[in-house]
Amino acid sequence: MKEEKENENILEEVTSSEYKYGFVTDIETETAPMGLTEDTVKFISKKKNEPEWLLEYRLKAYRYWLTIEEPDWALLNHPPINYQDIIYYAAPKQKEVKESLDEVDPELLDTFNKLGISLDEQKMLTGVAVDAVIDSVSVKTTFQDTLAKHGIIFCSFSEAVQNHPELVKKYLGTVVPHTDNFFAALNSAVFSDGSFCYIPKGVRCPIELSTYFRINAANTGQFERTLLVADEGSYVSYLEGCTAPQRDENQLHAAIVEIITFDDAEVKYSTVQNWYPGDKNGVGGIYNFVTKRGLCKGKNSKISWTQVETGSAITWKYPSCTLLGDNSIGEFYSVAVTNNMQQADTGTKMIHIGKNTKSTIISKGISAGKSNNSYRGLVRVSKKADNARNFSQCDSLLLGDKCGAHTFPYIKNNNRSSVVEHEATTSKISEDQLFYCQQRGIDTEKSIGLIVNGYAKEVLNKLPMEFAVEAQKLLAITLEGSVG
Amino acid sequence: MSLSNNMNYPLELSLTKSYEENRGNIYTSPHPSISLARKNGIEDFKKIGLPTTKLEKWRTTNLSDLYKKEFTIGDNKPVFNKEINEIFHCNVHGFNTNVFALLNGWYYSPEEEQIQELDNGIIVGSINAAQKKYPELIDKYFNSLAKTDGNGLNAANAALFTDGFFIHVPDNVVSEKAIQLIKMVNRENNTMINTRNLIVLGKNSKLSFLHCDDSINQQPGFLTTNTEIFLHENASLDLYKLQNLNNNTTLVNSSCVQQKSGSDLKINVLTFNGGVIRNEFIVDLIGENANADISGMYLMDDNQHVDNQIKVIHSAPNCTSSELFKGVLDDNASGVFNGYIYVARDAQKTLAFQRNANILMKSTASIDTMPFLEIYADDVKCSHGATVGQLDNDALFYLMQRGISESNAKLLLMYAFVTEVTNKITIQPLQDSIDDMVKKRLRGDLSICEKCVLHCSTPDIPVEFEIDMSKI
Repeated sequence: MKEEKENENILEEVTSSEYKYGFVTDIETETAPMGLTEDTVKFISKKKNEPEWLLEYRLKAYRYWLTIEEPDWALLNHPPINYQDIIYYAAPKQKEVKESLDEVDPELLDTFNKLGISLDEQKMLTGVAVDAVIDSVSVKTTFQDTLAKHGIIFCSFSEAVQNHPELVKKYLGTVVPHTDNFFAALNSAVFSDGSFCYIPKGVRCPIELSTYFRINAANTGQFERTLLVADEGSYVSYLEGCTAPQRDENQLHAAIVEIITFDDAEVKYSTVQNWYPGDKNGVGGIYNFVTKRGLCKGKNSKISWTQVETGSAITWKYPSCTLLGDNSIGEFYSVAVTNNMQQADTGTKMIHIGKNTKSTIISKGISAGKSNNSYRGLVRVSKKADNARNFSQCDSLLLGDKCGAHTFPYIKNNNRSSVVEHEATTSKISEDQLFYCQQRGIDTEKSIGLIVNGYAKEVLNKLPMEFAVEAQKLLAITLEGSVG
Repeated sequence: MSLSNNMNYPLELSLTKSYEENRGNIYTSPHPSISLARKNGIEDFKKIGLPTTKLEKWRTTNLSDLYKKEFTIGDNKPVFNKEINEIFHCNVHGFNTNVFALLNGWYYSPEEEQIQELDNGIIVGSINAAQKKYPELIDKYFNSLAKTDGNGLNAANAALFTDGFFIHVPDNVVSEKAIQLIKMVNRENNTMINTRNLIVLGKNSKLSFLHCDDSINQQPGFLTTNTEIFLHENASLDLYKLQNLNNNTTLVNSSCVQQKSGSDLKINVLTFNGGVIRNEFIVDLIGENANADISGMYLMDDNQHVDNQIKVIHSAPNCTSSELFKGVLDDNASGVFNGYIYVARDAQKTLAFQRNANILMKSTASIDTMPFLEIYADDVKCSHGATVGQLDNDALFYLMQRGISESNAKLLLMYAFVTEVTNKITIQPLQDSIDDMVKKRLRGDLSICEKCVLHCSTPDIPVEFEIDMSKI
């Protein structure tokens, strides 16, 4: 009884723990008028000084978007989104292009310091090249020179449009076409910035590339777009992190990430998603509707997604791999944690087209509070994908009796020589494990932390070091003490 | 989900027309609540139309070609002029059943035996006759589980069913003899037949029920059956569904089961043949300590399609359920499995398992498998697994190395693969004969029988593989 009470207290403490990135930075921003019309699209395009073909692309996407309806198949509940009630473009006011960090708005630098991604410090200590996107505009990309030496292009999307239009034109929308889905069409119409990365043939990117996304201004939606091209024989590890201020209204985030790998190339894409999840009553928080897809175009190429999803009021996200090249490999490692009133419907799609293609899916869902956490995934083996191999494992852990954990795998197999396996379990933290830890003098709170971390280890191990530390801390903050 | 439909398909028009024209004769029900259910059914149908691949539940089964065909809907009641025994023989050795039949959608018996009370108090007969003789039972159970649920075929069935089968087992009655229902279709043209069954098991009762879907000739047909099953406290039902239809026939089954505390349900769906077969089961465990054990096997080839939609709802704590479906798909055959375990908020201590395994024999065959879990209680153990693969090459090599021909080795492995399901059949003579059928089916010897599926079995002369056991 006493223990129960204690547990309740811990749970209370944890669920009431503040979102530590919930500050607002007072930066002057320039915004588009509220709402979405063809003029908004033209306004954004003009602001970004874009070539005619890109405007055409946006308008085509916008016109297509008007004809389709928001999907409702996910296990998510939210009031209808009013797409005319959103500001589609908000940029920190910049007077001129800056050469060094000293010239960046000190308020902005302060923001990043608070986020723990001090741009210059990171440059010194960890050797990670960072592209920071605040609201909708990329504000700073570090390590340009080092990267240039290897011929690597890593810059904001708008810079890429200005400086490397041929590359952008060639690859934009080839993995996620504007007709892909409702949110992809919306993003294709109004995306404001994002990151662009090109790794030339045979180059192994010496440092990890990183993008930090932050929504700062109120009433804005963030629509960034990442395009990553790994040419033959290249390798890159790419990190992505996100935060937003605490606000009472819901904000929309609809991003697109496209990855293309050519022969023998490998891309490792890691995300720690920590958008503002809303308060414990479900007020506020980010609606995160993201389309992420990688195309293994070349032979022996590999794309590996690793994600730790702890934030957002709503997560709708299915990082996928199209395995087109023979012997290509797709991987998906995910830890999704939901607490309070959060809802997550996330998973992956593995489309096997080439011969001898392999994919692995490891998904760990953890639900607490009154949250709902769903895994939704598709494994498709086409007729030509001889000897394709897939292994999927989707485990769910329930902490508390008011949450939900769901699994919706879809397997479509058209090839007799392929082998597809799916396994899943749902359970709560075993009393035996808990007892074992406590018996050795570890308190309940720490025991749960230990068990949950052990449970998610398979995925956390796939994260680059800096992220793994952050992810483990995030897990601890979200779940500590929430014994079922 | 958009349910708007403009009644585009010829079948939609002929269904509504059939209702308007025949509601005074073959679609009349003596019981007012059923007349109302029919009226509601047709109204629903007009709103939602026939299910198409736009609906999530129907994405993997496309019947649109069928909807374009001309069908004769419903049929007049056949005259009883031959004894059931003359139409089919059931020769399962040592398996003694009470045999009943539905012919072309009507209960087939002499007029005075349309509904009868057996010695042990079990009531068996036509659902139409039950409405007259046992209106209180119909009032209590009929249409209380079946829902339209956005499914136009269920709505059409509610409005246009001609007849069906009714069983009521009173409290504390344990039926020694199994009840066997033979559903036959013998029509010369495209016929659509809709039937409706109701099975009620009282407290502490026990019944084995064998439901055979057979077609007699090679004529194309479209059959829908809606079944409602009630298991009261501690009741126990073994339900075997045998499906052996011609390749021109489409069968859509929809069954809703409600289980009270301590009840035990075993379902075994054995699909041997059929053009398109869709089996939907919705099992709701509303009482504690209930158990549902649903298994199935499908052996499809040619252009056949089988779709098993199995949903188990754990509404009460301390219940157990398991779903096990295994299939072999050859030629251009396609299979669908959608298992769904739903655990409600307070259904603690639930144990639920789900598994689907498939073997694709050719690259032209395909399988869609969707093992779903939706769980709202924390103290549960749920797991699911699905695999798609081919026969184990090592095992194949092992057998061939010992002088067994490749084709025989493959047969043996396929047989071993499905026996996990057939071994769950608790009635030994039935299991033996099903085993024989599986062997015959795998060898391609089993085409649809003219009579009951079980007739083709002769356990006295067991079918064996041509394997010299001394070589292993």
